[in-house]
Amino acid sequence: MIVPLIQRLLDRPGPATIIVVAALGATAWGVAHVPRSVVLFMLFQASVLLLYFARIPRGLKILLTAIALGVLMPVLGTINAYYMEIAIQVGIFVALALGLNIVVGLAGLLDLGYVAFFAVGAYSWAIFGSPQANLIFGGSHFPLSGWWFFVFLFVGVGVAAGAGILLGLPVLRLHGDYLALVTLGFGEVIRVLANNLDKPINITNGPKGITPINRPPIFFEPLLRAIGLEPNPYVIYPLYLYALVLLIVGVTVLVNRRLEDSHIGRAWEAIREDQTAAQAMGVPLVRMKLLAFACGASFAGAVGVLFSAKQIFINPESFTFMESIGVLAMIILGGMGSIPEPSSGPPWSPCSISRSSRASRSGSTSSATRAR
Amino acid sequence: MDFELLIGIFPQVLIDGITLGFMYALIALGYTMVYGVLEFINFAHSEIFIVGAFVGVELLLGMKAAGWLDALPWILVLLLILVAGMAVSGVLAVIVERTAYRPLRHAPRLIPLISAIGVSFFLQDAIRLFESLWRNSFNLVYPTMEALNERFELSSTIDVSLKSLVVTAAALLMLWGLYSLVNKTKIGKAIRAVAEDQSAASLMGINVNRIISLTFLIGGAMGGGAGVLFGVQYSLINPYTGFIPGLKAFTAAVLGGIGNIPGAMLGGLVLGLLESFAASYLSLLTGGAFGAEYKDILAFSILILILIFRPKGLLGEVVRERA
Repeated sequence: MIVPLIQRLLDRPGPATIIVVAALGATAWGVAHVPRSVVLFMLFQASVLLLYFARIPRGLKILLTAIALGVLMPVLGTINAYYMEIAIQVGIFVALALGLNIVVGLAGLLDLGYVAFFAVGAYSWAIFGSPQANLIFGGSHFPLSGWWFFVFLFVGVGVAAGAGILLGLPVLRLHGDYLALVTLGFGEVIRVLANNLDKPINITNGPKGITPINRPPIFFEPLLRAIGLEPNPYVIYPLYLYALVLLIVGVTVLVNRRLEDSHIGRAWEAIREDQTAAQAMGVPLVRMKLLAFACGASFAGAVGVLFSAKQIFINPESFTFMESIGVLAMIILGGMGSIPEPSSGPPWSPCSISRSSRASRSGSTSSATRAR
Repeated sequence: MDFELLIGIFPQVLIDGITLGFMYALIALGYTMVYGVLEFINFAHSEIFIVGAFVGVELLLGMKAAGWLDALPWILVLLLILVAGMAVSGVLAVIVERTAYRPLRHAPRLIPLISAIGVSFFLQDAIRLFESLWRNSFNLVYPTMEALNERFELSSTIDVSLKSLVVTAAALLMLWGLYSLVNKTKIGKAIRAVAEDQSAASLMGINVNRIISLTFLIGGAMGGGAGVLFGVQYSLINPYTGFIPGLKAFTAAVLGGIGNIPGAMLGGLVLGLLESFAASYLSLLTGGAFGAEYKDILAFSILILILIFRPKGLLGEVVRERA
């Protein structure tokens, strides 16, 4: 009775705008005044999701999304730092889900070892952004300063894409179930390697993990001081990471959108629908599948670099098969092959409140790019 | 390199490998039979396997509490838990097929696979929940059966425990039973017919759904039996133990040629032997640089290599593509 009513109201621009603004305002006000109530924070996220579903003029929707994610969320995050942490995690998983969506959703190649690429990216920065690299190369040139983090975002992309091609080359002749199995095996191999490569040369420091990993510098700090603000690192840093995550998610969504509508994206969809027919139509199967693997992997690589900088500490436990399945569950939940849906999937993934709150927010992130 | 040591442990490694290999073969049968009939990887099979192990341990613990464990002859106890494990796992496999796979039989290929992964996680945590409530711990240890721990010393470095002999014998017996069922009986003929061509089989008056259920029953029973034997051999089990052996068994099935029953047995043996040798020799041969922990990598590398160079497996036929 009530649901259809709300549905009908959300379909009309006027009432929809009022409802959404009221919901956002009320929940944000609630969270601000009762910061410890997780229920209220989840309601806030739900209202961001509501924003995504509401039929509001496109420009207004983008504006509201920007306010919700760019103003309300950071403010609430400074009131209760835990929520900021959740928001950053949500962002990381959204970007991962979007990357996997290319491989599974668009190209139709079931990849059960996706977390391996995430691990490759994370370890690439973890090794060079910490004293760990000294153990490999000798000397004491490492850790690299935080500025290199931005370079490594791209290095992570490159290394992970390389790993994707490396995996893609042998498995291209397989399809369906076999592919799933081989990628699963690959994911396990990477994890076992990370777990055991502390000898003969100590590369990953084994199960003990790598720490401390350098974080990107707050380059605008002098600017803040110049205008007379004394930034508190415990407040400013999560905000900064959040902005970085938002940026990466934004870029990911944008790239996804552009790819989907390009001839590459169409080729992927053709392969997904019918491999033989696609080949007959002149789609270069091998190259397109490799490209899908490399693209999907490269997002995971960049996010991995960010992840290791955020955590300061990583070890192989972060890259288990469960994570691959979790990301897969997110894109299935959201609907494979679409962009907003995978990014709205993460919030409901199982385990914890922090996870459960994840995605309603992300849903609205992408709604900015695909307003209904 | 200590050459004498390498030679000296060889028979022991061989025996361990054969025991492990038969275990893999039993699990691999479940994968291969289902694949033969439905062309689909039953991802939940590793959990059906571990359910068998849990049924075994529960029965044993129950019997121990009642004081029967020492009173009854060990062979009777073993037979009892084997049959119970097989029955429960077989029925569970049928239920899983009915609820999670049958409604999706005509969906695109990836969908049932994902559903199977879901079932797999569901079962893992269901076992965990049950055991946590029932025994306050989900890491269970098989009670020792004194008689089974007897060891026959063949020389100073080699000994065979009665346990691994029994496990091997039981595995062989089950494999033989399955082989004759599939090749010598009418039911087996029906299974083979359904694997060959479902619609033609149904035209011949075979109830395809019933045969598919039966396939799951048999495959699940083999997996459950393997679970009980696994528990008897390695003692320590938890709900997540099944995953890696399941994956290895699937590798074995692919190695032998998926859908091919003798192939699964051969693949299991080969993989078990390889793994056993890798675990013992890798660290010796590389001077300690690469230890036994790399045996899993070896198994997966074999899987990848086989799929690349001989996708049909050692004994398999060419797999036709399903439209």
